[in-house]
Amino acid sequence: MKDSLLRELVPAVIGVLVRRGADFAAAEDAVQDALVEAVRVWPDDPPRDPKGWLVTVAWRKFLDAARADTSRRHREVRVETEPAPGPGEAVDDTLRLYFLCAHPSLTPASAVALTLRAVGGLTTRQIAQAYLVPEATMAQRISRAKRTISGVRLDQPGDVATVLRVLYLVFNEGYSGDVDLAAEAIRLTRQLAAKTLHEEVAGLLALMLLHHARRPARTRTDGSLVPLAEQDRSLWDTRLIAEGVDVLQTALARDRLGEFQAQAAIAALHADAPTAEETDWVQIVEWYDELVRLTSSPVARLNRAVAVGEADGPRAGLAALAELDPALPRHTAVAAYLHERDGDPVTAARLYAEAARSAPSLPERDHLTRQAARLNARLRS
Amino acid sequence: MAKYLLLKHYRGAPAAVNDVPMEQWTPEEVSAHVQYMRDFAARLEGTGEFVDSQELSPEGTFVRSDGEGRPPVTDGPFAETKDLIAGWMVIDVESYERALELAGELSAAPGAGGKPIHEWLEVRPFMAVSCMITE
Repeated sequence: MKDSLLRELVPAVIGVLVRRGADFAAAEDAVQDALVEAVRVWPDDPPRDPKGWLVTVAWRKFLDAARADTSRRHREVRVETEPAPGPGEAVDDTLRLYFLCAHPSLTPASAVALTLRAVGGLTTRQIAQAYLVPEATMAQRISRAKRTISGVRLDQPGDVATVLRVLYLVFNEGYSGDVDLAAEAIRLTRQLAAKTLHEEVAGLLALMLLHHARRPARTRTDGSLVPLAEQDRSLWDTRLIAEGVDVLQTALARDRLGEFQAQAAIAALHADAPTAEETDWVQIVEWYDELVRLTSSPVARLNRAVAVGEADGPRAGLAALAELDPALPRHTAVAAYLHERDGDPVTAARLYAEAARSAPSLPERDHLTRQAARLNARLRS
Repeated sequence: MAKYLLLKHYRGAPAAVNDVPMEQWTPEEVSAHVQYMRDFAARLEGTGEFVDSQELSPEGTFVRSDGEGRPPVTDGPFAETKDLIAGWMVIDVESYERALELAGELSAAPGAGGKPIHEWLEVRPFMAVSCMITE
């Protein structure tokens, strides 16, 4: 039995238990117990219907636990309301589980941890490793999250935007340890996209695929960053790009634009250019205009200034930048880049060094420091 | 979530408000202080914000290479000029504001006379290894 198949089944099984009236935390515990049993029993006696087997065993585990610590009356109510097992409803159950794990009452970090555990089927240890915190800490985060949503009814309509934000958070964590969170986020978003026709789910999936496709070219073997313009485009995964573009076009055809579709469209234009020089910056600026209209996000405005600098020249980019709050993250880095392109290496070197000091990540800081060092070396010679 | 290092200094930080050396406290005051720190760490474990915490010996030595084939150089008895770290706690919290709030709470551990020490703690964010995609 493959680990991945088991993980695929977890959310559906939890979903069935919750629909039958189990509390979310209890359902999750019961499913974990059932998984342990599956690992023990299946190699010798593989079930014909793995999901049905898991549902049966998990439900029994849940009833055992419920017998141990709840009143007889509650149990009888549950047994009475137990629907006949059968196919057909599983899709909705899993979808509801996504909404539950991303419930607005949870902090983003808790929602992420719970989603990876309940929908992704990862172990607490794997999640703790990915976030570089002790297992006990992650276990606490997850159990607090379960307590927070213990009273939440599964039939409440969820907010797709919240679910997507959680999945995007997982994607942006990248990876460390033995779990690749970006790949995990794509797997979960694919699963979600298969269950709903929501345009923004498709938009996020396309965005993730297009970004992920370029990942092999984004860093050198020593971990240092390679800017988009210098990336070896033969390293891009053309299969993922084709799939991302395909998913995006289907979503755009439904004519309900959202921010993830707009971001994916920008990523697609980058992925589509055979060389950096052939990038269609004019169209990219148009998509950034859409994005700014949809989100009014300062980050989108900042990226738009970069695109304007490419489409209409560095002076135009600097003019767009001048309208933005200088305290924005990466504002100084963008200013440095535009000043260099405008032929002012002295200002650019100073700004690169300043941007490096406030960079939020190691690869980014090292990249900016190298840019400053490169210009300073040129100025000295 | 982002990780922050809360640094406690033996020396090098500005003087605490209630600045009485620990060896001049009563034993009960020392116990109350230790218990406060333990309770603080235990509570953060409970909220899922605790990562690590260690205390360091007051004795430390500066070392540097003196060139290939030579023994490393260690510094002489000038320890009183150093900034000396007493210990650290690593937390993983939702926001910078939360990190400040917790550092403030830790700084108020009880000292001499059972009054808060109001010592200065240093709060340093960890550099992230992963990074948001910005291209």
